Amino acid sequence: MLIGIKEGRRHCRYRSGMCKACSSAGEEGTSSPSGGAETTGWEHFAHDADIGVRGWGPTPADAFAQAALAMTAVITDLDLVRESEAVRIECTARQLDLLFHKWLNALVFEMATRGMLFRAFAVTIEGTRLTAIARGERIDRERHMPAVEVKGATLTELKVEERQPGCWLAQCIVDV
Amino acid sequence: MDVKLFERISATEWRVAPTGAMRVPAVIFATEDLIRDMDDKVFQQVTNVAALPGIVRAAYAMPDAHWGYGFPIGGVAAFDAEAGGVISAGGVGFDISCGVRTHLTGLPREAIVERQKDLANALYRQVPVGVGAEGKIALDDQEMTAMLAGGAAWALERGWGRAGDLERIEEHGRCEGADPAAVSSHARKRQRREMGTLGSGNHYLEVQEVAEIFDEEAAGAFGLRQGECVVTIHCGSRGLGHQIGTEFLGEMAETAEAHGIALPDRELACAPIKSEVGQRYIGAMRAATNCALANRQIIGHLARQVFAQFFRHAELPLLFDVSHNTCKIEEHAVGRDRKRLHVHRKGATRAFGPGHPSLPDALRPWGQPVLIGGSMGTQSYVLAGSGTSEERAFSSACHGAGRQMSRHQALKTWMGRQVVDELLTRGIVVRSPSSRGVAEEAPGAYKDVRAVVDAAEMAGLAKKVARLQPMICIKG
Repeated sequence: MLIGIKEGRRHCRYRSGMCKACSSAGEEGTSSPSGGAETTGWEHFAHDADIGVRGWGPTPADAFAQAALAMTAVITDLDLVRESEAVRIECTARQLDLLFHKWLNALVFEMATRGMLFRAFAVTIEGTRLTAIARGERIDRERHMPAVEVKGATLTELKVEERQPGCWLAQCIVDV
Repeated sequence: MDVKLFERISATEWRVAPTGAMRVPAVIFATEDLIRDMDDKVFQQVTNVAALPGIVRAAYAMPDAHWGYGFPIGGVAAFDAEAGGVISAGGVGFDISCGVRTHLTGLPREAIVERQKDLANALYRQVPVGVGAEGKIALDDQEMTAMLAGGAAWALERGWGRAGDLERIEEHGRCEGADPAAVSSHARKRQRREMGTLGSGNHYLEVQEVAEIFDEEAAGAFGLRQGECVVTIHCGSRGLGHQIGTEFLGEMAETAEAHGIALPDRELACAPIKSEVGQRYIGAMRAATNCALANRQIIGHLARQVFAQFFRHAELPLLFDVSHNTCKIEEHAVGRDRKRLHVHRKGATRAFGPGHPSLPDALRPWGQPVLIGGSMGTQSYVLAGSGTSEERAFSSACHGAGRQMSRHQALKTWMGRQVVDELLTRGIVVRSPSSRGVAEEAPGAYKDVRAVVDAAEMAGLAKKVARLQPMICIKG
């Protein structure tokens, strides 16, 4: 599933340990025509000198993709990033939370070495292996006005969990 | 933080006796007010550090202590390899050897004021800054290896600097024992186009006025005269250091159990100094230290080039270059013995006292310069290591102000343009590629650095020498 900004920031917002998708999924999960899209989203959460990225969606892969959007949004406004180039990313880890940590760090590496920003992610997770296509473009300092460099994803506040059936959450603090 | 958690030893020393898994006491050097303002997590983190294998004397926290990954920022801890001591990637920090250097200009404030905006523009053009800025220096793999082994000495050999610079840098500009082969291809790749770049976040290049002198004699020896200007650079080992930190943190977290280490927090990941991964990290960390030393040396050189265009006789001699995210082998007193220890300083500055043999002749009678960064609108300080800093905290002092507000909150509170305009009315010219970055780094987002340095002096960690006031700030 390709998650872009159009799917991001829908009604489902995680607040105080519960997201609306979790609390309402049982009622409208199958009846709402847009039920799938409503259960995806991302946000930032405050953390001392750095910042937290959090994504959620019906599958771990969706949550990973949403959190990646949140990470780009630490650097710039997502609406300013175009999808002109695609980069393939692969990583493996024995645990799902460590796979998320590796996924974000793989994106940090690609952003740093290619000088790119990404705004759409097609993520597949099979067992311990993640493969993804990240779409974005080269940094244009005039247009993107990047606020801060994300130097790495950390193990702090690292969580990947199914909060409710069909609502996965992935989060950690990124070091800026 | 609740001061009742601590036993008050003096107005600036607070202690937690060992309990539970703690092997040594935890000690915080700060005033009661600073402790009350500190995050509760500092207590948790400093007591966690006190529980690590092979720690000696105490786990220390400086007056600017705040939450960090695993170790608190402002944390100092020393480990004895012979007693199963550990090395911790989280105890050094992700931005390995991040630090500060100050160059003297000998120019009066008026000379800068006359050409302040042009000078700011020229520095902004010359020093690559912010996200996506590439340096003019591209290193192939062979040169990368030479840089990782040679540090600032390598930079000097390539023409970035002058002969006198090296004695004004910790370890004479080159960290011995670096192992470039322990630096991954990913880390090397991240650094290929980042040499001589400032980065973003709280890193900066500032032109500052010496606004106040506290110790005339030491200031004189340091070359600091009231009303004259200096250039101060704050940055680290860029992408390379961060990649090394991230990779080894993961590896140490995975291997901790096999080494018999129970981690209360994964970010506290560490390995025995005498283990294979421990030694490999030390080699890579020293290589990253050399990267940071070379990086600051190159940026210092770029600043010199700009000043030469404006002021023909300004040579910008280096006052000193200190790192505040490090682990170094040093000899210190432990009980009646002197031992070689692995001293971690994370967000803490080494502060050798007067007479230390590693200091250059001109500085030795006064102690090592300790350079403390404030925020872009407030003051920075030059301190000198005091005679009591060794017994206090393995010759360590604070490193800066520390944030009091999250980036998120700062962004809600200020607009970048408004911050730039407000600072301009106070005579401070800011140049940055990112208005949002400026808002996130607004002076009000930082704690009052004065309270921190006053506490450091009262605690006997370092003596105040001079206060610096920013005039130009180049920010990432």
